[in-house]
Amino acid sequence: MTEKTNGVRFLPCGDSALTVEFSKEISEETNRRVRYLAAELERRKIRGITECVPAFCGVTVYFNPLVIKMRKVEKKISDVINSYKEGSEGKKRVFLIPVCYDGIYAPDMDSVCAITGLSKSRVTEIHSSRDYLIYMLGFLPGFAYLGGMDERIEACRLESPRTLIPAGSVGIGGKQTGIYPLASPGGWRLIGRTPLKIYDASRNEPIPYKAGDYIRFCPISEEEFEKIDPEDIKCVTEE
Amino acid sequence: MRDGGMTVPNLPNLSNLSKSPEKPEKPGKLKMKITAPGALTTVQDAGRTGYMSKGISPGGAMDVFSMKIANILVGNSPCDGVLEMTLTGVTAEFSSTEVIAVTGADMQPEINGKKIKMYASYEVSPGDVLKLGAAQSGMRAYLAVSGGFDIPPVMGSMSTNLKCAFGGYNGRALKRGDEIPLRQSVGLTLVGKRHAEGEARSYDDSITLRVIPGPQDDLFTEKGLSTFFSSEYTVSSKSDRMGVRLDGEKAESKNGVDIISDGIALGSVQIPSAGTPIIMTADRQTTGGYAKIATVIGADMYKIAQARPGTRVRFEKTDFKTAVKLKRKEERRLKLLIYNFSFSK
Repeated sequence: MTEKTNGVRFLPCGDSALTVEFSKEISEETNRRVRYLAAELERRKIRGITECVPAFCGVTVYFNPLVIKMRKVEKKISDVINSYKEGSEGKKRVFLIPVCYDGIYAPDMDSVCAITGLSKSRVTEIHSSRDYLIYMLGFLPGFAYLGGMDERIEACRLESPRTLIPAGSVGIGGKQTGIYPLASPGGWRLIGRTPLKIYDASRNEPIPYKAGDYIRFCPISEEEFEKIDPEDIKCVTEE
Repeated sequence: MRDGGMTVPNLPNLSNLSKSPEKPEKPGKLKMKITAPGALTTVQDAGRTGYMSKGISPGGAMDVFSMKIANILVGNSPCDGVLEMTLTGVTAEFSSTEVIAVTGADMQPEINGKKIKMYASYEVSPGDVLKLGAAQSGMRAYLAVSGGFDIPPVMGSMSTNLKCAFGGYNGRALKRGDEIPLRQSVGLTLVGKRHAEGEARSYDDSITLRVIPGPQDDLFTEKGLSTFFSSEYTVSSKSDRMGVRLDGEKAESKNGVDIISDGIALGSVQIPSAGTPIIMTADRQTTGGYAKIATVIGADMYKIAQARPGTRVRFEKTDFKTAVKLKRKEERRLKLLIYNFSFSK
């Protein structure tokens, strides 16, 4: 393991990857540095570096060791890290995700209300009143790890996970909230569902958002749920 | 391509010799009909690049070396799509003249009831039946057909992602009656008869995997690391294309194995809370929250791809330099093979 300056560590992941670890604590600042490194490495198109995967506190960089030497990979990474300036991030991209918090779309809303001691309208209001930063994508195609859910709506996971959750389900699992981009098993409490097709393998861009974008949940009725075009994914840019 | 692809800049492009022009004359005409699908057969190539940051696994052949040899034997680009067959192979009927080759686990291939060799190219004619049986040793065999499959790539790859049901043949494992569309093969005679029996590897029931410690080896105690490197594990039957699970002694951690989720490389040896290792393979999750004690080197991944349940596994420490040297050696073997074939008929 190579120790680097500023507490950044380069961790070996076999012969074709390494993980650059910025910190062991999740924070927006650390995640900004993570995203900057991933985006910048991608932009610089360095021969031999094949792919970058940003996570909460680090970036896993994949490379072909027959094309680029490890030392050079480390050098290129260090160059990018040193070029980082605080506040250099561009505009904020917010994806507007319509969510129906009612009826069959919210099978666990009652249990969340019971756990939190809040009314359904209050849970809906709190859940949809802030923008969530996408820290990283992983676990499933397009599954976004979101930061910053209000503590008042925290709810433990289900005792036994469901074997199948419909695509588009929006859930709460402990301190986290998120959208299931495709049907899968899962243990989060489901408080709503979006009619949008978040993930589509055949689409030009299978997943519309990336780490660093924001998600805003917009409450809709059951009637609206039926009417919304699943492909009509809206995104706004804010300062 | 996961490894950045083959780099063979100065050699004739063999794929152009056998592949059809952009538009086949009679699209959809050429087909390979599957009359028996085998236990688990999927279309795979070298996997997808550039989508891991969106949470999409690279996928691709489990034993990439065998896949490349199969393609080279039929004159395809080394990373073209092939059939990956698990434990038992397919029976397939051809409706056109093609060149085929089977590599990897020996599934006793036959054409029209007559035994053929593994690691060699054969011409098949319309009506011919290729029949593969059960693997004699090893786990996975690869069938390449000249010209490759006429299957549209999804996110730049033909690989089947079974979990998310996309890519390959309708996003699923093959069934009886499936008709795999083939690209037209032109210039078949240019391929000629090709042999690569020397590239066949033996798949033992006891394997040693060389690993580079890390990324999270520092989360384990001295005792835990010593357990990991000194004990013998066995491949569990719960293994699949996502990961190969091992049974055996638990590797002791200092303060638990939960980490803040980060990227999972090919060959990562994850230690979940149960304490026994899982080697992450082609269809692995892109990120995960368990500590990874070590990473299997690329040159040894074929061993785990070919390891059946019950195979005994040991881990041996190696370093980056050795791993790259072995990788380069493997690449040279492939290049040499392409080179030799391009000058002989």
